Amino acid sequence: MKQTDISSRTESTFFKKHQERLYKSLEDKHTTVEEVDVDDPLNSKMILNMGPQHPATHGVLRLVLELKGESILKTKLDIGYLHRGVEKIAENKTYQEFMPYTDRMDYLSPYNNNVALCTAVEKIADVDVPERAHYIRMIGCELARISSHLLWLGTMVMDAGAVSFFIWTFKEREKIYDIMDQLTGHRFTVSHARIGGVVNDITPEAMSYIREFVETFPAQLKEYHKLLDRNRIFFDRNENVGVLTTEDALRLGAKGPVLRGSGYAMDIRKLEPYARYDQVEFDIPTRLEGDNLARYYVRMEEMHESIRILQQCLEKLPKGSVRADNAKKAYPSKDEVYYSMEGMIHDFMMTDTGICPPEGAQVYHAVESPKGELGYFIQSDGTGHPWRLKVSAPSLANLQILENILDGEMIADTVVVIGGIDPVMGEADK
Amino acid sequence: MEQTLSNALKTTLDELQTTFGEKVLQIHHPSGDTHVRVHPDALISIAEWLHEKGYIYISDVIGTDRYQSSDRFEVLYNLLSLRAKQRLFLVVWLPEEDPNVASVTSVWPAANWYEREVYDMFGIRFEGHPDLRRMYMPEDYAYYPLRKEFPLLGIPGSIELPGTTPESD
Repeated sequence: MKQTDISSRTESTFFKKHQERLYKSLEDKHTTVEEVDVDDPLNSKMILNMGPQHPATHGVLRLVLELKGESILKTKLDIGYLHRGVEKIAENKTYQEFMPYTDRMDYLSPYNNNVALCTAVEKIADVDVPERAHYIRMIGCELARISSHLLWLGTMVMDAGAVSFFIWTFKEREKIYDIMDQLTGHRFTVSHARIGGVVNDITPEAMSYIREFVETFPAQLKEYHKLLDRNRIFFDRNENVGVLTTEDALRLGAKGPVLRGSGYAMDIRKLEPYARYDQVEFDIPTRLEGDNLARYYVRMEEMHESIRILQQCLEKLPKGSVRADNAKKAYPSKDEVYYSMEGMIHDFMMTDTGICPPEGAQVYHAVESPKGELGYFIQSDGTGHPWRLKVSAPSLANLQILENILDGEMIADTVVVIGGIDPVMGEADK
Repeated sequence: MEQTLSNALKTTLDELQTTFGEKVLQIHHPSGDTHVRVHPDALISIAEWLHEKGYIYISDVIGTDRYQSSDRFEVLYNLLSLRAKQRLFLVVWLPEEDPNVASVTSVWPAANWYEREVYDMFGIRFEGHPDLRRMYMPEDYAYYPLRKEFPLLGIPGSIELPGTTPESD
């Protein structure tokens, strides 16, 4: 029995039209370069559906792979299994109310998402942020970056075969959770930034936690390097796997560590500095190889750089208030709310109507999240709700890269390549 | 907010206006960004021109619903010139009836998924797109969720959901 087209071999029971078009699209990929293979006597070509429920796809990512033996001929990705429509929700919420939703987008580094939304709203509504709040935000962002990279490190090395390593990195992540608990009052979904500043000042206790972490973490990083940098198995699994050239990376729109691992030093913190990143010293780690190992080195060095930024922030941390003292544009402090009538009215107005940017204003503002350029585009119609809020998610851009670099790899390498790309589906699916 | 345009950007905008003349409809700078609204017919030629001028990187394609009687939809292309460290938004307005515009995937291949997302959310068709399927919603879905007339709570019965109990037969 010889069947050449895919759709005659598959039988879908659910969302028939969707599955048909997906398989059709897989079949059409590269058809201009590929010769039609009529002789397949051993029937070695097969379609493999990987995910959406698969432990190595980091969430609900579905890959449809066409295999020939053990090598991948073509790949198509199917995403949207975690689509919640946050952009639609945003249009019906005030800017501050939308903040908890951003926590749940890139849930591995919620702090960066909060800051991204806040800075965008501050830019559109022209709100000044006190100096101290900027530094607290930077501290939070860099801690979140380390936390996100630690999870990537643990899961990626686990995908490559070392399970116990995952527990090591989680030991360190736990410390960051404790810091976040002290700093923000929450361990996971922090919602710490506010429009015009942050919720609360760093407590002395949180400060001592952060200092201790900054002192002890470099030694821990050295241990990770010791385990992996000369590890033959880890090298063989990652070297020359999922290679992305610099030209392709720019052409296909790679973002963050994936782009830097392919040899282009682009970092929003340097390109369009936000908060006070122009006043601290740090380098952009870049590698030329573009393979999975290069991405590993880039992210490891980024953790070193984050520690460097943290040290400078702790040194420079200025004194002062942590939220703009302008009751029309930012929440008043709790002291005012509890002990003055005006304070209470302003608090009520901020919750009910919120901040109103001028009619017709629009803004795009991006931050460098651990996954890459995370941008918020906002259009205002003069009310307290955004007319349109668009999130440019770096994971979506990098998943597009994944669809292109998997072709020609071995099936066993898929999980490692997904690990190296480090997608978060909450962000990619919105 | 005061406007300080870099020299590189100024030259690019001047050259753009002299090269394309009336096809460039509007240049404005909301919140310090640069938006260049062009005629949809000239989109591809302007895109190719900008690509040559160094705007080789596309960050995102953004669709919006302006909800007005003429030129209802808006598509913004978020371009980045890495050499000049300059961001530029290319904007086209499209009519409500059968909104379609040429796809820029031939200029920036990265626009592939971004355009699919705009198609999924607003129903704007991109002519010449290599694989125009919906990004998030299933193909069987008949509505475009980010259009303003779409209700926040969705449309009951518009999507087939799996049963909560295993089938008996």
